Amino acid sequence: MSNYGNGKRKPVNEEEDDEDDDGNERDTEAWEKAYADERSWESLQEDESGLLRPIDNQALHHAQYRRRLRSLSSASAASRIQKGLIRYLYLVIDLSRAAGEMDLRPSRMVVVAKQVEAFVREFFDQNPLSQIGLVVIKDGVAQCLTDLGGSPESHIKALMGKLGCSGEASLQNALELVHEQLNQIPSYGHREVIILYSALSTCDPGDVMETILKCKKSKIRCSVIGLSAELYICKYLCQETGGLYSVALDEAHLKDLILEHAPPPPAIAEFAIANLIKMGFPQRAAEGVISICSCHKEAKFGGGYICPRCKARVCELPTECRICGLTLVSSPHLARSYHHLFPVTPFDDVAPSLAPNQHRRPKNCFGCQHSLLNPGNIPVHCVTCPKCKQFFCLDCDIYIHESLHNCPGCESLRDSKSVD
Amino acid sequence: MTPVSSKQYADDVSLLMVLIDTNPLFWSSSAAPLSFSKFLSQVLSFLNSILLLNQLNQVMVIATGLNSCDYIYDSSKGPTSQRVESLLQKLEEFVVKDEELNKDDSVDGIGSSLLSGSLSMALCSIQRIFRSGSLHPQPRILCMHGSQDGPGQYVAIMNSIFSAQRSMVPIDSCVIGSQHSAFLQQASYITGGVYLKPQHLDGLFQYLTTVFATDLHSRSFLQLPKPVGVDFRASCFCHKNTIDMGYICSVCLSIFCKHHKKCSTCGSAFGQPQTVSTSNQKRKAP
Repeated sequence: MSNYGNGKRKPVNEEEDDEDDDGNERDTEAWEKAYADERSWESLQEDESGLLRPIDNQALHHAQYRRRLRSLSSASAASRIQKGLIRYLYLVIDLSRAAGEMDLRPSRMVVVAKQVEAFVREFFDQNPLSQIGLVVIKDGVAQCLTDLGGSPESHIKALMGKLGCSGEASLQNALELVHEQLNQIPSYGHREVIILYSALSTCDPGDVMETILKCKKSKIRCSVIGLSAELYICKYLCQETGGLYSVALDEAHLKDLILEHAPPPPAIAEFAIANLIKMGFPQRAAEGVISICSCHKEAKFGGGYICPRCKARVCELPTECRICGLTLVSSPHLARSYHHLFPVTPFDDVAPSLAPNQHRRPKNCFGCQHSLLNPGNIPVHCVTCPKCKQFFCLDCDIYIHESLHNCPGCESLRDSKSVD
Repeated sequence: MTPVSSKQYADDVSLLMVLIDTNPLFWSSSAAPLSFSKFLSQVLSFLNSILLLNQLNQVMVIATGLNSCDYIYDSSKGPTSQRVESLLQKLEEFVVKDEELNKDDSVDGIGSSLLSGSLSMALCSIQRIFRSGSLHPQPRILCMHGSQDGPGQYVAIMNSIFSAQRSMVPIDSCVIGSQHSAFLQQASYITGGVYLKPQHLDGLFQYLTTVFATDLHSRSFLQLPKPVGVDFRASCFCHKNTIDMGYICSVCLSIFCKHHKKCSTCGSAFGQPQTVSTSNQKRKAP
């Protein structure tokens, strides 16, 4: 494996040289480059009368978030509370020549790697029982960078060590590899692939349509995030397998698109068969005891957890016992996923000029006690919970739905509790 | 002005959110080791000493009631001279209001306070401090809790704990009741706070000042109570037994101690209990 890597390193250097040459060919002045790179025009927008003004980032951000929340809640209202909480996801990263393009700075591949790192961390935060594997496409072949596993650090380390682009991209090779790997996972798991595709072509050894059909049969949900332009074959793949296809406009958009895949997707009954999974809840090993850990195969002092079935010692949870194969978790890992099943209802907008109801409107946000009045007693835009009728500021609204997953108002009412 | 304030907000400035359990059923029961007024006088001295430790320290108090939660004190607002008076007045108003909200008297036993509500409010406030700029006091939460855990609040409290963990806010807990609180043990363990159940509550002030008064930076130099073994075993949804090994529904992660045909939470029907080796053959069959 290490030989393989060394063999690949050489062409990478040549590639970088090529790019330097390209840069000289374009022959842009330094001052021109500054404008071209900074894209300062993107931070301005035109108002009704055609005047330029800076974008109101906060309002924009909130509007964007509300739109996302609404689309999410409408989707979940249609289906029951079933979500695919146990996911087996392969992240395919295109490191073909196109990933060296510098339209995202410093290059597509660096930006993608940065977003993948953020995504992997967020993914495990939201789906503690799920697993990720990394695959890269390079020189027309797909290569498994890491096997399915639950440790974010090992994935990130493996990716950062292998960053370098060359050759063509091959959609078929990547799908074949992932298909082979995902066929081995238990049937209750949700199989997913997210492909970060930079190239505008695919260089396949056979018929890619057959491979897509195979993925469809194996119930693998394939999603593609394009970095250049929409491709028919990617769109077709996503349509057939029930995934999402999107093309990133810029770095911020790419981040949004990737992170959209972090919360578990709605479970589709045929995709994964509901089942009971046997799991163990290990207790912490006594302090000061020396035992041989089954994951690193070395003697460790204190700490660790003991598998309740075979009494082997493991260092970290969640994991699978190396000896008896029992899935080992702790109850907080399960609790981390519960908010996906009991989401906070979206809050309703309150019109800022609500003159008749002025007296009913509280002066402060219920969550953070921040004043809901601008200087000069002008009410600011705020939201209200449809259940407990408390008022919240926009910042709390975002925090409550994105991170806290509790409505402080509803939690401070005994009546609402008994209804749940 | 700005360079001065930047120097002032050093790493030893704290924002302390104190959540006080005002559950009247707990304080009037035999489980309460001391009277509410004695408790309050010790807590008030503690709050005063926090504010004396550093000029920029900030204290907020949230009352955790039986039927509601509310802010009762914020040291950044109002004059410093009438600190105790304003706190006590707000607290009295809160207790009266909380009692009015109590409609049914059918609560058996002590009943649980709405810890999930006050924790959520505290976290919302802390987020506002984080948003206020790069210079802010270091926030932490201190739960002074007496009444027992309410099982219905489990999901909400765990959500709060994970959110606090993400924003690196430690949750300290000082348990006044006679029993350990499993919720607060987990909260302090996961967020890296201190969990303490004082043996002699007459000396509560002493416990508070020695364990909970130091800022987060200075904590690393102290020998604080080590977390005792936190039991992370789960209890099954069907019998509420604590179990070592169990079955988890793959759709909603409900925990069962035996194999069931149907999930009682989400209604999915199950096949046979599955292991990895049989799944491969099954998958290839159709």
